[in-house]
Amino acid sequence: MTDKKRNVFKVLTNGFMKENPVLKLVLGTCPSLAVTTMAKNGIGMGIAATFVLLGSNIVISLIRKIVPDKVRIPVFITVIAGFTTIVEMLLHAYLPDIYKELGIYIPLIVVNCIILARAEMFACKNTVGMSILDALGMGGGFTIALLIMGSIREILGAGTWFGITLTKNLFDPAVIMVLPAGGFLVYGFVVAAVQKFSTLNIRNKEIAAGCGMSCAGCVANDNGGDKA
Amino acid sequence: MENRLFVCSSPHLRDNVSTRRIMLDVIIALIPATIAGIIFFGMRSALVVVATVAASVLTEYIMRKGLGRGQTISDLSAAVTGLLLALNLPPSIPIWIAVVGAVIATGLIKQLFGGLGQNFMNPALGARAILTVSWARWMTEWTDPLFVDAVSTATVDAVSTATPLGVLKEGGASTFSYLDMFLGNVPGCIGETSALAILLGLAYLLFRRVISWHIPTFFVGTVALSTWILGPGGVFTGDPLYHVLSGGLLIGAVFMATDYATCPMTRKGRIIYAIGCGALTVLFRLYGSMAEGVSFAILLMNIVTPMIDRYTVPVAFGGEKHVE
Repeated sequence: MTDKKRNVFKVLTNGFMKENPVLKLVLGTCPSLAVTTMAKNGIGMGIAATFVLLGSNIVISLIRKIVPDKVRIPVFITVIAGFTTIVEMLLHAYLPDIYKELGIYIPLIVVNCIILARAEMFACKNTVGMSILDALGMGGGFTIALLIMGSIREILGAGTWFGITLTKNLFDPAVIMVLPAGGFLVYGFVVAAVQKFSTLNIRNKEIAAGCGMSCAGCVANDNGGDKA
Repeated sequence: MENRLFVCSSPHLRDNVSTRRIMLDVIIALIPATIAGIIFFGMRSALVVVATVAASVLTEYIMRKGLGRGQTISDLSAAVTGLLLALNLPPSIPIWIAVVGAVIATGLIKQLFGGLGQNFMNPALGARAILTVSWARWMTEWTDPLFVDAVSTATVDAVSTATPLGVLKEGGASTFSYLDMFLGNVPGCIGETSALAILLGLAYLLFRRVISWHIPTFFVGTVALSTWILGPGGVFTGDPLYHVLSGGLLIGAVFMATDYATCPMTRKGRIIYAIGCGALTVLFRLYGSMAEGVSFAILLMNIVTPMIDRYTVPVAFGGEKHVE
């Protein structure tokens, strides 16, 4: 029972840090770079993609036993396209501002590689419950990554955060940050920072476990970790 | 005694040329342009120079320290980057923007890519491009030089005005004489306006054999020829002298395009590179939205440099094709 609980927790948190789709797996870079000119757009895109991911993971997990292996990709894409259409119509009806800002990137959720990757790697092999958790974790990780990038770019590039002016007399915002070049710059720095902190984390754990500079023990540990 | 015999790979003949000596030569060659900038735009430009050089050297020091690599500030390359950046900024630039530019040049474009020799584009120009895009208002605000006999300059410290290229872009008739443009008595960046000072620097660099004549000659030649051909009133009606003397063409062709790390290695490659720089400059100046295009032209050719190098590998002696 505790083992199962731990597993549930692991699946849920996997997308946030260890396998964050944007910052660790470098998936879904196109929407991450394109829509993160403002924190608001980042969150909007993240939530829209999470909704599609949730829907597609549930349906694909449900039909995973009846879909023939050879045609699974077209089937997955059709399911994803269906949910994307729903999201697009909902946004158009209820949040026209966000709809206008995100523009072409809403229909492009269909080809967002995070969603297809989770369908292929997780949903078609796991139960509905687990797939829901996976979708929430991955979608949450995606949203957080977009929020971080959107915040940095909006504060530095426009001097605002969620539309609130922050740096009125502090400094002139650097316009390049809200242009594509700034997107790549911020993306590089955020990925580097996350990488740095996650390796620090691993090192601390190793030291806590008592490294003692016996490298053979570490190799054995690594192998054990891979199997688990 | 046992250290008397050692084995190492070639080259075995060494000159006493060092990175530090070359960088010192570049600094010496830049002194006339710096002095001209201070004469024409006042002590404020000296402040900009000091700020960018200090920020650049400090950034280099902190980055090398933080990355755990050996210190390289004594090779003077960071100082050259800072100086070149300052000479490419307008005299009225806020000091904090100049400092941000120096940090971008040395920290981001040079050190993050591995330091001297590893940068894929000229650090000073890359920083200038980022500043131009980020703070277009400050980067295109020009002040009249101190010796302009305009009535307004007597009472006001700084008056925004247009550069010779800006005047051309607006479609107006130029009021700048060739002599003023040659001496540097026109609005522009701190170090770019005086053709005379830059030519002095060029002569020194050629004399010291720090650079070869190919890149400046073909760069400027291409610009002169194509602006003459593509004149406003039809073929061969252009004013090549005006285009050569205005803007950052000369400083770009002499000091920026000849950067060792970012220009091709062979003579043939350098000629292709210089002609490309010239053609892109003319394209940006005559048909682009900005008045000046030298920096973006050089940056684009910097990026193409590895490809030029790949296609201009010289044939080794004895490796020629068999003659029928």
